[in-house]
Amino acid sequence: MSKKSDQPSMDRRQFIGGTVAAAGAVTIAPGVILHAVAGSNEQTEGASSEHRWGMVIDANKCADGCSACVDACNNEHELTDLGRPETDAAWIRTVKLKDKQTGNISRLPVMCQHCEHPPCVDVCPTNASFKRVDGVVLVDRHRCIGCRYCMMACPYKARSFIHEALTDQSVYAPRGKGCVESCTLCVHRIDEGVMQTACQEACDKAGHGAILFGDLKDPNSEISQVLKKYNSVQIRGDLELNTGVRYRNL
Amino acid sequence: MSKMYYRELYCGSPTRFWAGLALLGTIIAIGLGAAYYMEHQGHWVTGMSNQIVWGLPHVFAIFLIVAASGALNVASIGSVFGGPLYKPLGRYSGLLAIGLLAGGLMVLVLDLGRPDRLIVAMTEYNFKSIFAWNVILYSGFFAIVGVYLWTMMDRSVSKFNRPVGFVAFFWRIALTTGTGSIFGFLVAREAYDAAIMAPMFVIMSFSYGLAFFIITLIAAYIWGDREIGDLRLTRLKNLLGVFVGAVLYFALAYNLTNLYITQHHGIESFILLNGGVYTQMFWIGQVLIGSILPLFLIYSPAFDKSRWAIAAASVAVLIGGFFQIYVIVIGGQAYPMNLFPGKEVVESGFFDGVVASYTPTFPEAALGVAGIAVALAMVAVGARVFKVFPETLEDPND
Ligand code: SF4
Ligand code: SF4
Repeated sequence: MSKKSDQPSMDRRQFIGGTVAAAGAVTIAPGVILHAVAGSNEQTEGASSEHRWGMVIDANKCADGCSACVDACNNEHELTDLGRPETDAAWIRTVKLKDKQTGNISRLPVMCQHCEHPPCVDVCPTNASFKRVDGVVLVDRHRCIGCRYCMMACPYKARSFIHEALTDQSVYAPRGKGCVESCTLCVHRIDEGVMQTACQEACDKAGHGAILFGDLKDPNSEISQVLKKYNSVQIRGDLELNTGVRYRNL
Repeated sequence: MSKMYYRELYCGSPTRFWAGLALLGTIIAIGLGAAYYMEHQGHWVTGMSNQIVWGLPHVFAIFLIVAASGALNVASIGSVFGGPLYKPLGRYSGLLAIGLLAGGLMVLVLDLGRPDRLIVAMTEYNFKSIFAWNVILYSGFFAIVGVYLWTMMDRSVSKFNRPVGFVAFFWRIALTTGTGSIFGFLVAREAYDAAIMAPMFVIMSFSYGLAFFIITLIAAYIWGDREIGDLRLTRLKNLLGVFVGAVLYFALAYNLTNLYITQHHGIESFILLNGGVYTQMFWIGQVLIGSILPLFLIYSPAFDKSRWAIAAASVAVLIGGFFQIYVIVIGGQAYPMNLFPGKEVVESGFFDGVVASYTPTFPEAALGVAGIAVALAMVAVGARVFKVFPETLEDPND
């Protein structure tokens, strides 16, 4: 498997059919900004390689016992809890760790890391797993044959297989029995110009502010500034997947 | 050597033939019903989960696919390497290979989340994916072995037998390498991150394929009241002994090299020492039943020409092989991935850091067994319709 070369990915496969054109920058809630990209027809063009969306997560700020991000994600994408944790879908989870040497305890949310060189995309036989040019890794639910090879290949256990028929689906997240899915980086929000994921919104609301979403390619974005200023790591950085999700204080 | 005559294999008694076929048909019907049930309900009714994503059906499917390529060995030895004693067995070798592959693929496809989208898998290829390559390798195998059989059965095209035999030989090595590489590409999982995986699968295929061949050959000749000489069986038996020894060697090399790699110590002690059911399957299933017992049955002078010993050795190889694949597929997934080196997972919302549990369910087993039944049914029907088996396999007089 080539890890060094950039994975060619489809130009503009949209997660959902339609996109909503945003006009001007409108603040619809504190911290939720709708903004249009200046002078471009980007919304109708779909994803653009001028961006790479990602997140930086501060493990020090992740509060013990909190599940705001997980609840918000489940809510946003209608991931119903059927009381069967082994087979229920989990796009985001919290993990609590103890350093074997020092005993230091840390806590962090883990989701699809939106790898630049995603093993899930490499192994998918039908091209159902794909990476948009803006770095978001998605599954095309019309192509996925449910072979689950991507789940075997993902180093982060980020993916869930849908083990039963679903009802009450969110319009943002078409899902179906027999297919695989994972965190979409709230791509429906990105495509509508809302620069905040559901998990970040919830974490901010809960007053922790552990999650920061943004454009890794824009040197002036808050996320780029934070990454420049502070030390951060990738989980399993040794695999050289160049993840879009980074962690501080881990 | 006297001339070989091939004849359709009729069972000694017609009732026995039809009853046998009906039994296989019933097993297949139950398996298909089980597949429909799992598909209709969704996979939550199986033992599989988001932690163990490939379960018992994959074990059966991989076992059969690997054996299929090995079953072609006898034909290869006959036509590629010019072994005269093996040549008359070439046709059956090809038929068995096709049957085993068909059975394995049926199980694999029916365990997909969306088997109805098989057409997508056939038309959309991601050439970076070893899975997509396998789709091509598997379909090609049917075609090539089909042509190979034709060159063996039809005198007018028999001059192509050797070249086609060569193609088939290399194709099946590629096929097993491809199957083994499915695991080799999973860099993040400690159990599979080893280059030795692909050659190990090739040698496993030799062993399982030959074991299938021997046991079904003996059965067919009893079934059809035909004669089979000691000389050939002894040859096949000795060959099996070599393959079993080689698999054992590779298994040891695989585990020992893993012991050298510090990060892989965890998975090694899991398989070899403290993995509970997987450790037992490794030592009792794979090593004891699958290697030591057959080696004893094959090489002990006490069983020199005993057919029962040969048959028992073959069955033991198959049982051991099944466990070997079970340990690779399920054990490799059960062992937790190490996302955070140097840290211990205290709490997780998604089973991080714990050994995943898996209990196979009846529908999964029924589907898997149906795969074996498909292989046997194809062989039974194929041998009756085509001239596959030599009239007699008595030892040549000279
Ligand atoms: S984290 Fe897993 S699912 Fe997400 S892009 Fe990487 S390999 Fe794919
Ligand atoms: S389960 Fe779907 S997305 Fe994953 S590798 Fe298979 S076809 Fe691709």
